[in-house]
Amino acid sequence: MSSATHFRYEVLRVLRNRVFYAVTLALPLVLFFGVASGQRHATFSGTSFPLYFMTAMAVYGSMFAAVGPGARIARDISGGWTRQLRITPLRAPTDLAAKVASAYLMALPTLVLLYLAGAMLGVRLAASQWFEMTGLIVVGLVPFVVIGFVVGYLMPADALTPALGGIVVLFSLFGGVYGFELAKSGPMFDVMQALPSYWLVQAGKSVAVGGAWPGQAWLVIAAWTVVLVPISGFAYRRNAARA
Amino acid sequence: MVTGADPDGGVVLSHLSKSYGAVRAVRSLDLAIAPGETVALLGPNGAGKTTTIDMMLGLTRPDRGTISVFGLPPAKAVRAGWVGGMLQTGSPLDHLRVRELVALTASYYPAPLGLDDVLRLTGADAFAGQWTTKLSGGQAQRVRFAAALVGDPDLLLLDEPTAGIDVEGRRDFWQSMRDIARQGKTVVFATHYLEEADAYADRIVLIANGEVVADGPATEIKAQAASRTIRATLPDADAAALRLLPGVRAADRHGDAITVSCSDADTALRALLGTCPGVRDIEVRGGNLEEAFMQLTADKSDTAVNVMEATR
Repeated sequence: MSSATHFRYEVLRVLRNRVFYAVTLALPLVLFFGVASGQRHATFSGTSFPLYFMTAMAVYGSMFAAVGPGARIARDISGGWTRQLRITPLRAPTDLAAKVASAYLMALPTLVLLYLAGAMLGVRLAASQWFEMTGLIVVGLVPFVVIGFVVGYLMPADALTPALGGIVVLFSLFGGVYGFELAKSGPMFDVMQALPSYWLVQAGKSVAVGGAWPGQAWLVIAAWTVVLVPISGFAYRRNAARA
Repeated sequence: MVTGADPDGGVVLSHLSKSYGAVRAVRSLDLAIAPGETVALLGPNGAGKTTTIDMMLGLTRPDRGTISVFGLPPAKAVRAGWVGGMLQTGSPLDHLRVRELVALTASYYPAPLGLDDVLRLTGADAFAGQWTTKLSGGQAQRVRFAAALVGDPDLLLLDEPTAGIDVEGRRDFWQSMRDIARQGKTVVFATHYLEEADAYADRIVLIANGEVVADGPATEIKAQAASRTIRATLPDADAAALRLLPGVRAADRHGDAITVSCSDADTALRALLGTCPGVRDIEVRGGNLEEAFMQLTADKSDTAVNVMEATR
């Protein structure tokens, strides 16, 4: 009972932060139409540019959604709400689970809007392919949710927006989200392939032409998660000890 | 029933200590609170009241010592829904209305009170539809009170609940508080307002420098700690000699004026007249709780120990 109400209000708080939410939804859409409408028939990285860039922008928007709970965590800490919660029977895992669920709930509209936008520019996939692509993105976002937790617990609230924004932009730049790849081979390419954002962007190509989501993709996402989860645990405990 | 629960055990703090770096916030504090008691933790800023309450809430871990809340460690008692707290700091959650915030808090507890009842009791019903970020200080305090109450906890811990509230708001708050206390709840509140401790607590625990310096009913503390003071003119007085007179607790000299605070003013005055015939302009003043408070918390080295022993 308690977790359902908590989750409902968690989502309500995000939806009521209207300007923030609208910008999060609109930015990738605007970028997509601005860049892709002139390159409807171009090919890029072994697939059609609209498919590539649709996936990239869907990933861009959903990465922001995924780190979103971090911003709320920092606000809750600075406002004293986290302390208030700690003197109620609510358990921290319930709170975190609600925040994870809300992150994904917020990521979904971004994905759907970008899929629609992609379809408008000629992207055609089978229903099963849309679902498979969504599944890959959902898994690939896990490290970003955890990054949000780490930053939310460690950073003061006023430093948080630039910190989270900067992190997403860096992952995007090196992951090829902006529609260009910094390298196609060499050490820089190795760095790119070690990032979950790189593999997220491959999700569209993978379902359309296959082979773009190898075992290495799973490995990279798993490795980031395995490393980040204990760090977020440390960050949580550090904050709890300070409170 | 939760394992280890002991509803009749009340709240027991044993040898509780907590330091922040070199600052010893709480020093081997012992306190036993019976179920249903309303206890005021009275002391100046920095006395260790907030640290003590934070430890009772399970927010701060003591360096040494233990706390039992109805038989459980604080964190477990909190998790069982037995404890409600009003913290000194903290703004309510943003993007929610007052009613929603209280409903959200209620959802965490196994057997919460009715939402409308709590809003009415705390006076928050008048602005239940207001955004939590658009409240006056007094309104925010009512909301925090409602959040502390809504889980129907057995123990209420209130850290300076009326800080920054106007007189009228305070009176309303304590009126509600009395209604709650009558339902058999155990209430511990920290305050540095003497009148509040005097008027609303069954028992006052005076804290200074992280230690209990006096503990008892308000009247008893007044009687025992609020010593009477003799002021007089006595040229060339020897303060050290005055301190040795029977019934005298402390003596000071400022030029020709002497101030003698007494545990027994009658005895002290007779002794003073007997030993110092030159004494004149004698004035004996009854102490009040305010003076006792100042005296006990300013310098607890000798007087406080006497009072503590006297009140035991």
